[in-house]
Amino acid sequence: MKKLLYVLLGLAVVAALWEGYKLVGNPEGTVLFGVRVLPRADDLSMPHLWTVVERLGRPELTGGRPVWIVVVQACLFTLGITAAGFVIGAFVGLLLAVAMQRFRIVERGLLPYVILSQTVPLVALAPLVAGWNVLWPDWMTVSLIAAYLAFFPVAVGMLRGLQSPASAGVELMRSYAAGWWRTLVKLRFPASLPYLFPALRLAGAAAVVGAVVGEISTGTRGGIGRLIIEYSREATSDPAKVYTAMLGAALLGLVVAGLVSLLEFPLMRHRRHVEVVTL
Amino acid sequence: MKWMKAVLPPVVFGVVAIALWELIVTAGRIAPFILPAPSAIWEQFLEQRQNIWEAALASGANALIGLVGGTVVGVLAAMVSSRFRPLADVSIPFAAVLNALPIIALAPILNNMFESTSSIPRRLVAGIIVFFPVFINTLRGLREVDPIHQELMHTYAASGWTFAVKVRLPGSLPHVFTGLRQASSLAVIAAVVAEYFGGLQNGLGSRITSAAAFTAYPRAWAFVVGACLLGLVFYLTTLLLERLAMPWRTRLIA
Amino acid sequence: MSAVEVSGVTKVFNQGRTDEVVALSDVDLSVGQGEFVSLIGPSGCGKSTLLRLIADLIAPSTGTVTVAGKTAGAARKEQAYGIAFQQAGLFEWRTVLKNVELPLELRGMSRAERKDKASEMLALVGLEEFAGHYPAQLSGGMQQRVAIARALAVQPPLLLMDEPFGALDEMTRERLQSELLAICATTGTSTVFVTHSISEAVFLSNRVVVMSARPGRITASIPISLESRDEAARQSPAYFESVTSVRQALRGAPLKSAS
Repeated sequence: MKKLLYVLLGLAVVAALWEGYKLVGNPEGTVLFGVRVLPRADDLSMPHLWTVVERLGRPELTGGRPVWIVVVQACLFTLGITAAGFVIGAFVGLLLAVAMQRFRIVERGLLPYVILSQTVPLVALAPLVAGWNVLWPDWMTVSLIAAYLAFFPVAVGMLRGLQSPASAGVELMRSYAAGWWRTLVKLRFPASLPYLFPALRLAGAAAVVGAVVGEISTGTRGGIGRLIIEYSREATSDPAKVYTAMLGAALLGLVVAGLVSLLEFPLMRHRRHVEVVTL
Repeated sequence: MKWMKAVLPPVVFGVVAIALWELIVTAGRIAPFILPAPSAIWEQFLEQRQNIWEAALASGANALIGLVGGTVVGVLAAMVSSRFRPLADVSIPFAAVLNALPIIALAPILNNMFESTSSIPRRLVAGIIVFFPVFINTLRGLREVDPIHQELMHTYAASGWTFAVKVRLPGSLPHVFTGLRQASSLAVIAAVVAEYFGGLQNGLGSRITSAAAFTAYPRAWAFVVGACLLGLVFYLTTLLLERLAMPWRTRLIA
Repeated sequence: MSAVEVSGVTKVFNQGRTDEVVALSDVDLSVGQGEFVSLIGPSGCGKSTLLRLIADLIAPSTGTVTVAGKTAGAARKEQAYGIAFQQAGLFEWRTVLKNVELPLELRGMSRAERKDKASEMLALVGLEEFAGHYPAQLSGGMQQRVAIARALAVQPPLLLMDEPFGALDEMTRERLQSELLAICATTGTSTVFVTHSISEAVFLSNRVVVMSARPGRITASIPISLESRDEAARQSPAYFESVTSVRQALRGAPLKSAS
């Protein structure tokens, strides 16, 4: 509750900074040595916040539906893509983590590539998988991109979690003559939960980025990523519009983060929390 | 022997994976727009190496400026926040929430706010994306002080400044570098992907999209390979800096 | 003038709240020059609290603490004592030598001077060849020796130790006890030593102060006289007699919660 208050306070500060800059900033931006180092403060580049809010209520095109409905619908579309990607990515990540925990050789062979794949901008591949729409609809391609971004934190975080039980715990299970599967279910899975949930939160945020970037580079219509690009092209005539789409993207990020947090609530009430460093 | 054990499995895995890829693409007659063969990508990579180099320099400069700027601001903001408890209490949840948002989508707005022929928007996006992991991790490091160290410095009657310089800062270094490791690859990703949202087109991102638009898929993949190498250079440089900055973490029992 | 003078000290934590705890109640303690005093008692008896009061890490609720004729606060600011805890608490980013140099550095001693001084202290604890190592490269016993060297670096007239050997194995512990005694003998340092080991307290001390819990107070002060402080002393009848009397003093102060 207190945290929510703090977040709102932070938002108020940002809003004040925005309007404050509009008051004092140069409408043409500040140019230093031929480079514009501070943005233009005119209404075309930085519309007033109330203009943006007002724009949400007015129709998208003359006689069309109000913008906020369009934005929310686009968010829901992208939410679906994100959810599909998140589920696939988390599932693959879990399987990989279990495989890496079970077989040292898999961990040795695969883990370097899993880590490597995060240090390089493989999401740049997004435009290249656009051609896959001959195999299946575009949205599935976008889901795959989101899944690709989501699997990594889960794979690494879960592996850390599965490996987290002390050897005393493992030896205890051994003394009970519990096999690998029973040790996994009774010891390693419960022990991994504090590691899994932070990883899932990272995966959720990554899946949103994957879905937005994926929509843009594959040209998938109907989602919030596409809407941002469409509205930004109208920026010279209708500057507030693109900000409404931005708000939608922020809303999407918040909703996904909230949903993932809901997952952990019933399971983590009596558990300690750990920091998970995946890279 | 130990060295072999660590290196051999990934190398074998990599070679087998590439060989399989080549085999599937050629034997399965898979069209290049679905997946080009590694040999075709390599051919294009050699042919385009001059263009890749130039585009990588442009994207690399954007990523580097964003990374340095975002890191400096992030560390400074964390230092200020750590001095004033209420500020840290407010900024931690706020930063955590903002970090969950798709910040990359700011790119088109920044393009409007500056001009589309400027490199500033891309650098700014990279900087903003870098800021969050650096800020969050550094602040965490600055706030975490071993209570024994605190008592010890108290018995030495050390001033607040001495405490900050001799205990807080070095103690937070591991956290700073955790943030920096994440930030270094994020900076490259942001610099490349920001070009997908429009703006100045002279980096790897625009080369990838334009090659894809001309259905020159092996060439587009070659630019992706270039982007991967750039990301790797950034990550490895950060690792190297980390080793240099924290020698106490590497040396093993002599 | 005694090294430490504690008179009429009471320490109450969370005063006036529902979770109020009387950690120490009307405690008097006097440590003479060059004397080695151990504080022993069950957990919760306030022995660590007493040590922290002497170190001016916390302030007494009532009563006064005097270290070498000055208030505890003034003594701390002059670095009139060295302190070591159960955890070595070394700075992992500093080499062994730099760790020992830290208190000297904060005194504003010149680079060359403090290097000499720190090297001398490392030699005293037998670690001169590890000067360039980082703490993470040392065993637990070696780290604790570095912490002791650091506590001694400013050559304080008083050494405060809070279960410094508590986390070590028995063999290492006994070796370090002998080393500590040798160091105290050569430097003439007065020592207040908190422990929960009867044998450790008896072997090291001129006097063992027995404390009891709830509220924390001193119940007995047992002088120890051993002819020597070597391995033979651990087998001597005088040693066993002292161990027995300390044990009886501890039993004679039964815990209220134990009943």
